[in-house]
Amino acid sequence: MSHLLKAKEPFRFYTRLHLSELTGLRATTLVQLVKLIKEVPGSSIYHHTHRFLQQHQFFSPEPPNDFAYWVTEILGEKELGERLASIDIMQFSRIYDLREKIISVIEAYLKEERFAQLKFAREGEEFHFIKSVSFVIPTNYVVDNLADFVEIMKKITFDSIYFHIFEARLRLEKKTNDFSFWIEHSVGDKKLADELTDLDPYTRTLDDLRAAIINIIDKRLFNP
Amino acid sequence: MIRLQEYVPIVGQSVIDDLRLIATRLEGKSIQHINSTSVGGGVAEILNRMVPLLQELGVGTRWDLIKGGEQFFEVTKKFHNALHGYSAEITKKDFEIFLETSQQNINEVDTFGNIVFVHDPQPIALVKKKQGNKWLWRCHIDVSNPDEKVWNFLMEYIVRYDSAVFSAPSFSRRLPIRQFLISPSIDPLSDKNKELPQDIVDAVLSKYKIPQDKPMITQISRFDRLKDPLGVIEAYKEVKKHIDCRLVLAGGGAADDPEGAVIFTQVMEKAKNDKDIHILLLAQNDIEINALQRASTVIIQKSIREGFGLTVAEALWKAKPVVASNVGGIPLQVKHKYSGLLCHSVAGAAFAIKQLLNSPVYAMKLGENGREHIRSNFLITRHLRDYMLLFLSLYHPEDIVHL
Repeated sequence: MSHLLKAKEPFRFYTRLHLSELTGLRATTLVQLVKLIKEVPGSSIYHHTHRFLQQHQFFSPEPPNDFAYWVTEILGEKELGERLASIDIMQFSRIYDLREKIISVIEAYLKEERFAQLKFAREGEEFHFIKSVSFVIPTNYVVDNLADFVEIMKKITFDSIYFHIFEARLRLEKKTNDFSFWIEHSVGDKKLADELTDLDPYTRTLDDLRAAIINIIDKRLFNP
Repeated sequence: MIRLQEYVPIVGQSVIDDLRLIATRLEGKSIQHINSTSVGGGVAEILNRMVPLLQELGVGTRWDLIKGGEQFFEVTKKFHNALHGYSAEITKKDFEIFLETSQQNINEVDTFGNIVFVHDPQPIALVKKKQGNKWLWRCHIDVSNPDEKVWNFLMEYIVRYDSAVFSAPSFSRRLPIRQFLISPSIDPLSDKNKELPQDIVDAVLSKYKIPQDKPMITQISRFDRLKDPLGVIEAYKEVKKHIDCRLVLAGGGAADDPEGAVIFTQVMEKAKNDKDIHILLLAQNDIEINALQRASTVIIQKSIREGFGLTVAEALWKAKPVVASNVGGIPLQVKHKYSGLLCHSVAGAAFAIKQLLNSPVYAMKLGENGREHIRSNFLITRHLRDYMLLFLSLYHPEDIVHL
């Protein structure tokens, strides 16, 4: 019953709140879009590939990232939109690499589809670059075993789940999510940690993600 | 007075806990809001609710007003229109009047706050008093296409602030200071948005002689060219060819607005031969607006321009399927095919309304998505959180702030 044993280190839940900072930069064509994607800060790439996850956390099916949405709905480039929407963000542990991937997808498309560079957004429908400013705050929730962990999982905010799953891995470049890291290194349950690592959080709503995490840990608690 | 705890059943305890947590990081800071009026208008409405809640959170907050005579407010009204992109004859004398009143306010208003939060252009020149404290300028206006003369005049002041705040990304421009995106919000506990018992909804419909026998399409807006009420009637007539329904156009504000009175007459003329069109010229009555929204099958907001368009948030909060123009802050509230349908023309609006009336399950799903979208992003609790984070950002220039 290792899962009921006290962990080597306690786990403190953090919350992460964000403020959207405007850059004043806007694109009306694909060529401008890719040029600005190369120039804007990483916090802007992060914003446009993750904003939907938080702002539309209940939508099912979930809308794609901002680049894919704009390319599809405003420029009418559905194929490029699909390619951008299906980038597997889980592959990347650095914003730098994700940015390079987005650039390469758009540039490859521009080479294939010469007419795509002639499309432009109408006035008022430009792509506006925004960046995320994150405020990371420790909460009062601290646990030292899996049973308590799962109880807290049921009541923490989406912001907190978001921080430990998405932000920790990609923006803070920790390579895995915080929950898996703690379960592997402090609880000592690598199998469970791997199960959580393998969850693809980008294809679920945050509500579903919470339920999936609780379900996996519950199974482990009741069928060790 | 409404207490924070009353929002728990709506947003959850953890959201309120987060607000209390952030507030602790602002201990010892005093916030001073300054605008030009304590009643009427969206800014006053928001501050009336926001200031007591910030105080309850323990964030020292005060709200002060500037003074100005009739001439000053005539000039700032011209500024307002010019910033919205309307050509206005603004003379040298107008700028002199603005500068003169601004100087009187600079002499008289004590800007003691650790953070001075100035709303809109009227008090903008107060920033000349900046001395070591932090200053924010909150622009509530659509400045996506402003008159350059007025914008350049205001820029002299804007650049002295620490940060500026806009309501929609399209309102931002390249500025030498930080600028943030903070959307306005609705209060789910206000008369306009709180839950209403069915008998009140029925009584309001009965008062205005609106039978509940067929689907009801509604636009709530003052009778203003920019809200395109004539276009709404045209869209309804297109829909009516295929689906029997009613149209309700309800709003106020024609009396003191010469152009509004003309539009109202045109609307009445266009609607006169159709007994299923109900034109309601309402005095400010939030419960009645609430009831009309709740009684509607589809809510439309076919604006030509829009500052933010909070009537859309009000409709979505009531889980109503919405058809709205893709202008101003509306696309932030409606993601096409996810939380409503966006349109660009009368034909597009009519087509979207027909889709929603013919597909009630789809319409219901959009409405439900819309309600959750508003719950997460456009309620006053999110607005409070953003304002407190904004205050903290003044002391933290980095992108990832550990508090």
